[in-house]
Amino acid sequence: MSDREPALISINDLKVHFPVGVRRLFSRSRKVVKAVDGLSLDIRQGETMGLVGESGCGKTTLGRAILKLIDPTSGEIIFRGRDLAHLSNTEMRAHRRHLQVIFQDPYASLNPRMTVSQIIGEPLETFGLASGAARKQRVQELMEMVGLSPRFLKRYPHEFSGGQRQRIGIARALAVDPEFIVADEPISALDVSIQAQIMNLLDRLRREKNLTYLFISHDLRAVRHVSDRLAVMYLGKIVELGESRAIYASPLMPYTKALISAVPVPDPKIESTRQRMVLEGDVPSAINPPRGCRFHTRCPYAIEACREIEPQLVEIKPNHFAACIRISPDEPDIDRIAPGYAPGLRQR
Amino acid sequence: MAQPDTFNLLEVKDLRVYFRSEEGTVKAVDGISFEVKQGETLGIVGESGSGKTVANLSLMRLIPEPPGEIVSGSVILRGRDVLKLSASDLRRLRGKQVAMIFQDPMTALNPFMRVSKQLMEVTQLHLGHTRVQAREHAVKMLEHVGIPDASERIDSYPHEFSGGMRQRVMIAMALSCEPDLLIADEPTTALDVTIQAQILELIKRLKAETGASVILITHDLGVVAGMTDQVIVMYAGKIFERAPTTELFENPGNPYTRGLLRSVPNPTDEQGQLYQIPGQPPDLARLPAGCPFAPRCERAEEICRREFPPFVQLTSEHYSLCHFANEVYAESKAVS
Repeated sequence: MSDREPALISINDLKVHFPVGVRRLFSRSRKVVKAVDGLSLDIRQGETMGLVGESGCGKTTLGRAILKLIDPTSGEIIFRGRDLAHLSNTEMRAHRRHLQVIFQDPYASLNPRMTVSQIIGEPLETFGLASGAARKQRVQELMEMVGLSPRFLKRYPHEFSGGQRQRIGIARALAVDPEFIVADEPISALDVSIQAQIMNLLDRLRREKNLTYLFISHDLRAVRHVSDRLAVMYLGKIVELGESRAIYASPLMPYTKALISAVPVPDPKIESTRQRMVLEGDVPSAINPPRGCRFHTRCPYAIEACREIEPQLVEIKPNHFAACIRISPDEPDIDRIAPGYAPGLRQR
Repeated sequence: MAQPDTFNLLEVKDLRVYFRSEEGTVKAVDGISFEVKQGETLGIVGESGSGKTVANLSLMRLIPEPPGEIVSGSVILRGRDVLKLSASDLRRLRGKQVAMIFQDPMTALNPFMRVSKQLMEVTQLHLGHTRVQAREHAVKMLEHVGIPDASERIDSYPHEFSGGMRQRVMIAMALSCEPDLLIADEPTTALDVTIQAQILELIKRLKAETGASVILITHDLGVVAGMTDQVIVMYAGKIFERAPTTELFENPGNPYTRGLLRSVPNPTDEQGQLYQIPGQPPDLARLPAGCPFAPRCERAEEICRREFPPFVQLTSEHYSLCHFANEVYAESKAVS
């Protein structure tokens, strides 16, 4: 993917905050979960942007905010020159068919009382794209496209396995010829032998239909396999961004290093010899995220300054960004930095 | 690693567990045999519906009867057949000699009971601890599994812990009577990779310290690679392949195992088309004649659709359920 490819979606300083708990009498402030907190990201035409992070990092909220399934608190989502973040629901309807979603759980995301034909055909009617015989034909085409036999037209979701249901969900998303699809953990509920099928299917459809994906997953092996670029999220912010190969080959952020090293490799020889960087503790609460760098509470490289200074996403290597004050473009390898030294601070 | 002179802690022979349903008899586990040596970790790999969980629930007779039924077999633990134990002997066994960790700690812990009480119950029952002893022991166990401020946190309720911490609590509970055998059923599937790494390290450490044997059930071949000495691959209620871990990964002797290994994206591979096993896992109530994997198998020939395959011995410790086991094994050896 060339970096001159124009952005299909530009996210600028997006915030999604959820108030929680009950407002106390006479109290002005209310607790807020900052699920997405000042995040900027360009998703380019035709690419698969991988989005990884631990649970609670805000990756699903980001995906839903882009689709306006959740209203952003502030910031912009520019799609085809319009800012989706500030559209009303009625105005948004005109854009919905260009932006679709595939959900994680193929058991929960299909209406059990609708037949496959109704599920896949519904968006066609909603957007006035096809009806009657044309609709039926289109549904059959879509089923074949995702590898389902059109014989199953009249069947209900419970008659299908998990992998087949995920195919139904994909056919439904494709029914309206979208340009952009948020795939939110599309394979994590599936069996190992089915995951490869769905990954291959998504990749084939992207090439055939010139789709753009935001592929959200906690499975780094899968994300690396399908993504052109990768964004690593931690507590509502992007902490590393770059080409997925580059990130895998030489991750810059300590957090990314830990994430990659935590993934078990299906090879006993590698597993028995490799050094694993095991992170201490859990992800802190997004209600009271740590000051300074949000990762400092778990970071083995953290120094005093990390508690105070919030790092910015900086281009450390060409097209490879990281948010860490302990590295800089001149000194990108954190393992070679002198103790207590933060080259990133000098650049500021 | 297990020493060669160690004895078999557990011997399972010809275990069959069937479920009667409206659609017919589901043979969830159909004639499996395996052993676990003292101090060894056995991995059981399989997709959903392969029978891996039912097999292990049956080891402790936790299958609801009806609809389930242990039709035949024996489960010999230290010379005694678990399937023939009286209810009271069984109660003494569960939690003391054999302990289990489940995938979702929230369903395994009582949400209305403080963690302290749940932990203390175990040792009061099995080790005859007094309240004071039990509490002391419980705090020690929580510290052991890495829960910070254990003496204060012990009086919390399960929901006050994070997912990873809950899994630690469950491990503390499972290990509090120093069991001979720990059965861990997808212990890290619900957790983030970073937390998974913590929990797997913990299980490894505790196993080394106590010398317990472990049965680790998982669908993740990466977890199996790093944690186990022996592996069993299950499909449609049968053992399809059984081998020492390194041998299985290097020289798989079954087309199903080989397909599974190839369909996992490898971090060092190029992107692009991923190998995929075609088709769906079978419906156990309507198994085809012949080999249950034949409809999805790239190696299948006419005989596979007609006759059930033999369990072929490839080396002293390596077995494969396949008409062409020797050929597949030879192919794997030629590649590696």
